[in-house]
Amino acid sequence: MLVMFLAPLVPKARHAALSTISLVGAALALVATRFPALYPGSAYSGLVRADAFSLFVHFIVIGVAFLAILGSTSYLKREDLDAGEFCALILFATAGMGVMAGAQELLTAFIGLEMSSIASYILASYKRDAPKSNEAAMKYFLLGSFATAFFLYGIALTYGGTGTTHLDLMGQAGPQASATLLKMGLGLIFVGLAFKVAAAPFQLWTPDVYEGAPAPVTAMLSTGPKAAAFALTLRIVASVDAAGPLWFWALWAAAVMSMFAGNLGALVQTNLKRMLAYSSVAHAGYILVALAAAAATDHPEAGIAAALFYLVTYALVKLGAFLILAQLGGAGERHLEIEDFTGLARRQPVMAACLSLFLLSLLGLPVAAGFLGKFYVFNAALESNLIWLAILLALNSVIGAYYYLRVIVVMYMREPSEEIVAEPVPWTLSVVLWITAAGTIYVGLFPARVIDFAAKAALSMR
Amino acid sequence: MQQTFLLTVLTFLPVAGTFALLLLRSDDHLWIRRLALVTAVAEFLMSLLLLRGFQAGTTGYQFEEFRAWIPQPPIHYHLGVDGLSLFLVLLTTLLTPLSILASWKSIDQRVKGFFISLLVLETGVIGVFVSLDLFLFFLFWEVMLIPMYFLIGIWGHERRIYAALKFVLYTMFGSILMLVAILWLYRITATAGYPTFDVAQIQMMLSNGTLTMPLRTEMLLFGAFFLAFAIKVPLFPLHTWLPDAHTEAPTAGSVMLAGVLLKMGTYGMLRFCLPLFPEASRRFAPEIAVLAILGIVYGALVAMVQVDLKRLVAYSSVSHLGFVVLGIFAFHAVSIQGAVYQMLSHGISTGALFLGVGMLYDRRHTHLIKEFGGLATPMPVIAALYLFACFASAGLPMLNGFVGEFLILAGTFQKHAAWASWAALGIIFSAVYLLWSYQRVFFGSTTGDKNGALPDADGRERGILFLMAAVILWMGIGSVFITRRTELATQTVLQLMQRPRAYDAGGSHQIDHPAIAPSGANSAASGGVANLVKAK
Repeated sequence: MLVMFLAPLVPKARHAALSTISLVGAALALVATRFPALYPGSAYSGLVRADAFSLFVHFIVIGVAFLAILGSTSYLKREDLDAGEFCALILFATAGMGVMAGAQELLTAFIGLEMSSIASYILASYKRDAPKSNEAAMKYFLLGSFATAFFLYGIALTYGGTGTTHLDLMGQAGPQASATLLKMGLGLIFVGLAFKVAAAPFQLWTPDVYEGAPAPVTAMLSTGPKAAAFALTLRIVASVDAAGPLWFWALWAAAVMSMFAGNLGALVQTNLKRMLAYSSVAHAGYILVALAAAAATDHPEAGIAAALFYLVTYALVKLGAFLILAQLGGAGERHLEIEDFTGLARRQPVMAACLSLFLLSLLGLPVAAGFLGKFYVFNAALESNLIWLAILLALNSVIGAYYYLRVIVVMYMREPSEEIVAEPVPWTLSVVLWITAAGTIYVGLFPARVIDFAAKAALSMR
Repeated sequence: MQQTFLLTVLTFLPVAGTFALLLLRSDDHLWIRRLALVTAVAEFLMSLLLLRGFQAGTTGYQFEEFRAWIPQPPIHYHLGVDGLSLFLVLLTTLLTPLSILASWKSIDQRVKGFFISLLVLETGVIGVFVSLDLFLFFLFWEVMLIPMYFLIGIWGHERRIYAALKFVLYTMFGSILMLVAILWLYRITATAGYPTFDVAQIQMMLSNGTLTMPLRTEMLLFGAFFLAFAIKVPLFPLHTWLPDAHTEAPTAGSVMLAGVLLKMGTYGMLRFCLPLFPEASRRFAPEIAVLAILGIVYGALVAMVQVDLKRLVAYSSVSHLGFVVLGIFAFHAVSIQGAVYQMLSHGISTGALFLGVGMLYDRRHTHLIKEFGGLATPMPVIAALYLFACFASAGLPMLNGFVGEFLILAGTFQKHAAWASWAALGIIFSAVYLLWSYQRVFFGSTTGDKNGALPDADGRERGILFLMAAVILWMGIGSVFITRRTELATQTVLQLMQRPRAYDAGGSHQIDHPAIAPSGANSAASGGVANLVKAK
């Protein structure tokens, strides 16, 4: 059902002015997500399902696409890149993510995954003449194909085990089902998905790809596909009974490893973009805590709602932060070392304030949305009696504090050493930053609407 | 209930001031300072309304405000004051305008940001003292970190960045574990069938037996809360962030840090640790008392050998706050009363000392004692008033420090004579280090050309110091005015520590257990519940 709404949005023409059309399209799609809410149910013989959950994820991915396109127009102009293709690819990837979010059947999910992945590979190499961008794309492509293969093989095995690829039916597979095959299949699927969400130990590609890809692409890559892959994981956890207990320890271990790998890795980075990439891994770990909490009980609602809420706060913040980097990096993204941000508060107070807000949100200090995100994850973890996981999460937050604050130190507490010419901030980017910053504070102070929606989404999966 | 918006206005008026400040041009320093001062003074006058409306004879919270905020999990915007928090709010609103005045000239870089941080800090601190919802409390507790971080990190002295980072990391480490504990406590209330973050409600449910928890859980929760507060106080051996943060912070930062931020820790112990986890408090009391006494003696001894005047005052805080913790964990009505009093008087006298040190720094740009000497000749006014603050801090009778320390020792002595005897050492030492340092800085012949030519206090500085001196004297003589209002609240804390039944390790749930808690405890908590009913 949603594919219908998204399909016409993939523009075929290649013209810079098309970015406007893409924006309108994305906005329309955002509005269009309202409609399936009126007719909940499955479509295409149960391949996709429109429920509050898929709706929630659609809001995230389409919102991300909208903001990423709007925020990258000035970047594309500066780097002399073609806007038409760029928008087309982002929308194409978004359509794939939309499919993943609604998929009720594994092969459909696979198609969605592939749609979004292939578009992402191309996006990562979008700066064709930059070696770093190419390296990033190559790594992403090679490792990504591996992960997809794992995923596909997992589907094959589960099909062999249960005779179906439908998630609902898989849950009710009778005694003739082979538990071993199902377990192996689910294990492989987990590997594929863990790669997509950048969870340890499958996170090795993340820093290189996030650093090498053009910053607006990184903004999109670190938010949209992640949300969609988490959505698919949640869908499997919620509908296949066998997945919960089987995946629990995998989720637990992946969460702990991601938190430590991400945070410890980020500690030693000197490049801000790379640091944020490591922090993405850490945040994947935080979300995995919520997933582990969901997998640990028969009532996964709290965990699912927490994960969804966290995805919203995370998407707002990461999108804003990477788009700021796209702007401040200057031509060719030369100025992304942390030292380059020395005294930014003097040169560009608004940018520095926004970036600080985003960093504080990632760090999880109140008033910013990230705090509530963490709060709900803690809550879900404790509800499932995962006290140790909660404590590990707490410790990781403190490690995180160190490197986020270090950036703020540089921006506010040192005098600018050399003058990097401040480029004027284009209005499109300002709009995006205002939306993300205001969203961060709004969700941080009045989370009621979002968390209600997330709770409804979690309930709709039963 | 009248004036129901007073606490909200008090909490958010400083933030409103910062919005007004944002509208001013950044180079318009004079008006930025004036506007910040006007906001802070208006805030102080508002807080006097609180004092006027406060009824000393009633237990429970007053000026309560209760509104729904986040439905899931049920978090409410619940504010209120009682005898514990009333004067801490007043202390905050008094010290903020004084800090602004003290920074009038010494801050000339990025003036706007400085005053914005100071006002946001005020909001955070007042929010901590008036919130009655654990979530809200935690929110303010964390919010206050950010402005303090900037105050130390941007406007501090040489090693400011190191000090700021150390301060934040220490505090965050404690507070994040407290967050886990808060959520755990919430889970316990949810399992009992009454999910809530409301302090008053949890206190009531605990004291009438609706809510019970196994001893092990109680000890763990106590540990998490206590760690956060102990770092903030700071209790020996968690104090190492304090000398750095104090020494590196600008004068206003030190005043706020010593004056009110440290009290958030001891306030938290009184408000949360004792009433919510009484059994764990009793079990850990001996260890905590030993740490407190160690802190008293160690802080005093280290203060004695400092070569840096500001660091000396910082270590004296470690020593004085040790008294407060000792008074709290002696569980005696008088000693807790003394602890509350000492919290206030330490805020005033140490605030005055830091203001004095700040004035010396403004003139000479150093804190080293050996750089000064014989300052009483060129600046008699500052010398006299600084001596006054020293006496207050050393606990001279008739001045404020004496009342608190005397009550703490008197109360503690009745329960644990040995504790009190050891702690009394601290008073002797404090006289030594304060007066010795005073002698080296102000007495003797004037050393050096620079010191001889220093100007005495101008009108602004005289105003600040005389005001502080007046408060010191008033708190020393008119202490009944304050104790009359804090008395019931301290008794309530002790009453809330009573539980209907002796603990059994299993901690069986008895939902319909009849309430045999003392009536005071019930009425203390019933304020919140009455409001709960009304809100529905």
